[in-house]
Amino acid sequence: MEATNATPVKYDMDVVRWFTIAAVIYGVVGTFIGVYVASELAWPFLNFDIPEITFGRLRPLHTNAVIFAFGGCVLMATGFYIVQRTGATKLWSNGMAWFTFWGWNAIIVCAVITLPLGLSQGKEYAELPWWVDIMIAVVWLSYGLNYVMTNAIRKTSHMYVSNWFTMGMIVMITYLHVVNSMAIPVDWATSYSIYSGVQDAMIQWWWGHNAVGFYLTGGFLGIMYYFIPKQSGRPVFSYRLSVLHFWTLTFGYVWLGAHHLQYTALPDWTGSLGAAVSLAMIIPSWGGAMNGMMTLSGAWDKLRTDYILRFLVTAMAFYAMSTFDGPVMAIKSVNALSHYTDWTVGHVHAGALGWMAMISFGALYHMVKKLWNTEMYSDRLVNVHFWISLIGAVTYVVAMWVSGIMQGLMWRDYDEYGTLTYTFVESVSAMHPYYVMRAVGGAIFNLGTWIMLFNVVMTVRQASAARGTSPVAARA
Amino acid sequence: MSDHDHIYSTKFQDKVERSTLLMFIMTALTVAVGGIVEIVPLFYLPNTAMCQNDPSCNNTQHKDLQGNTIPMDKIVWNPVTSEHKSLAEWVPGDGVRPYTALETAGRHVFIREGCFLCHSQMIRPFRDEKDRYGHYSIAEESMYDHTYQWGSKRTGPDIARLAGKYSDEWHRKHLKYPRDVVPESVMPNFFFLEKNPVNVERTVKTMEVMTKMPFNPVPTSIYTADYIAAAPEALKDKTEMDAVIAYLQSLGNHVKFEEGVNYRD
Repeated sequence: MEATNATPVKYDMDVVRWFTIAAVIYGVVGTFIGVYVASELAWPFLNFDIPEITFGRLRPLHTNAVIFAFGGCVLMATGFYIVQRTGATKLWSNGMAWFTFWGWNAIIVCAVITLPLGLSQGKEYAELPWWVDIMIAVVWLSYGLNYVMTNAIRKTSHMYVSNWFTMGMIVMITYLHVVNSMAIPVDWATSYSIYSGVQDAMIQWWWGHNAVGFYLTGGFLGIMYYFIPKQSGRPVFSYRLSVLHFWTLTFGYVWLGAHHLQYTALPDWTGSLGAAVSLAMIIPSWGGAMNGMMTLSGAWDKLRTDYILRFLVTAMAFYAMSTFDGPVMAIKSVNALSHYTDWTVGHVHAGALGWMAMISFGALYHMVKKLWNTEMYSDRLVNVHFWISLIGAVTYVVAMWVSGIMQGLMWRDYDEYGTLTYTFVESVSAMHPYYVMRAVGGAIFNLGTWIMLFNVVMTVRQASAARGTSPVAARA
Repeated sequence: MSDHDHIYSTKFQDKVERSTLLMFIMTALTVAVGGIVEIVPLFYLPNTAMCQNDPSCNNTQHKDLQGNTIPMDKIVWNPVTSEHKSLAEWVPGDGVRPYTALETAGRHVFIREGCFLCHSQMIRPFRDEKDRYGHYSIAEESMYDHTYQWGSKRTGPDIARLAGKYSDEWHRKHLKYPRDVVPESVMPNFFFLEKNPVNVERTVKTMEVMTKMPFNPVPTSIYTADYIAAAPEALKDKTEMDAVIAYLQSLGNHVKFEEGVNYRD
């Protein structure tokens, strides 16, 4: 999968370094805002009667920060890194990559300003105002074009599997973003979706679930297929399994959105179809997870000494777990209980904290070492970060699973006289301990990101000091 | 034969992996299928509230106890056939109608404050939801909701049928300082809504935009030129608090559900 020709290639890694640093910073910021909104639900006084920081306005900022700022920078850093190294070529256009970097960050700045001001289109994970949606489309296409063209000019014969996944993601996110964001502007701050009711709901969750399926899964599977073999020094367990994984996942994931709308006014067949395909998706998901895990066969002992590998492998365990949790929740009778509860929140965070963030941390540490051609400032701190992340994620997810199932059971409970046992507000107050536990779990996880930021900053400073020049001098 | 010429999968897969263009086309086609199958039929199948501007359209095939199709205008208010001819005359039970000027302004505030993140507007057909919230929601009830507001989470209760459940005064107190009314609540205080006047210009423009939507626009027989022209007067001296309360008091009482009739397909 590496360079096949003898002449060393000079890669365009400056932009990758900047995306890497940005990702580390946004990881801290995004999870911090998450801790804050979680705390607002545990202790409502934290809204402080300031409209800009009330839960309803900050929660979209949290989701946008972790998905698009942190996740986006990780995807772009790893994408540009992998495509160059697997293709043994420079980027098709280094200048366009810089446009992508500054454009993406400009979008994040716009989000930080507009979301607290209450500019929202009222669609989850697609709240940003219409003119930011246009910016996203332009910057995303610049990333996509550069990525596809770099593949096209590669020196290797085959496209490496990571690049299939990333290309699939780029195409699908383009479809989703364009179709879901169709709206008519009222003024600069306001616009309304051209779809309504049933159609809007289905399109929204087609977007919502595939932002998860492609952006947060497809793209990150690309990371898995590159960084686990590189970090462990073992080839991918099964090439054929990766072929199966890729085509079943890209074909199947698209259908799942409808399982968010079971028992609603959406026609029954659509939700059932979504549920059926969701169940079938266990096969590609677990096949992929096995493929990542089994890559370590013969190298399991490395987990004792290689802390970066711990992140990558634990991420696979969480991936397998949340891709089992998800199909179970898509089953109609389970969904009847789990929908509208914290179970969904727990499921999302099992994926986001355990799978997506963990594999990102592993990949970021790996890249920092390679990009600055140095060892980490402290390997022990990487290990500390690993355990803190794991404890934080598990605390969070367990809290939400328990509270979610409890909510669902309380809402449907009847007493011996055939009347509802609990008022709604009794379920709210019963959630308090779990909301506290969730905030604590999130805070622990957030602490880990600070440790990472410190470690990465010290590593980069150390590398630059050793070279006595600017931090960009290292050969990638 | 060098390693790079060996085919480890199928000839076609090998060809795809060697060609960026082919890989691009294949993925672009593969990922399109699911969305097309699930979304496109929702624009013409029954029970999806897609009638656009066709008054004779009845793809809403709800059946009464005898199996007869319930006429569309019993579900969706039609000022032409209804005895109530304007939004001002409309009464609950006449059928689904678009929002009044004040409610439109309130709906904007509702979306702005992210209320949908904690309050769903979609009641499911379960016994406990019927007892707690009322009759399950049907597609037509959100047909004028450009940007649907079904929600995905109930940190607070469902509000699909909030209309008339509490007095305006209760809502005012509760929205300002929720814990004054419900001590266990975790809702933020929205006292500031009372200080903000309604944005008249934006509301009027919003109503005009709603008549121009490609799917389920508000008929101009309802948002008449006169009605929109009178909107600034209706919004005069109103606060965002008044608007939100008007919006909340309009939710879910439009259709008169007959006992024993199944409104789902």
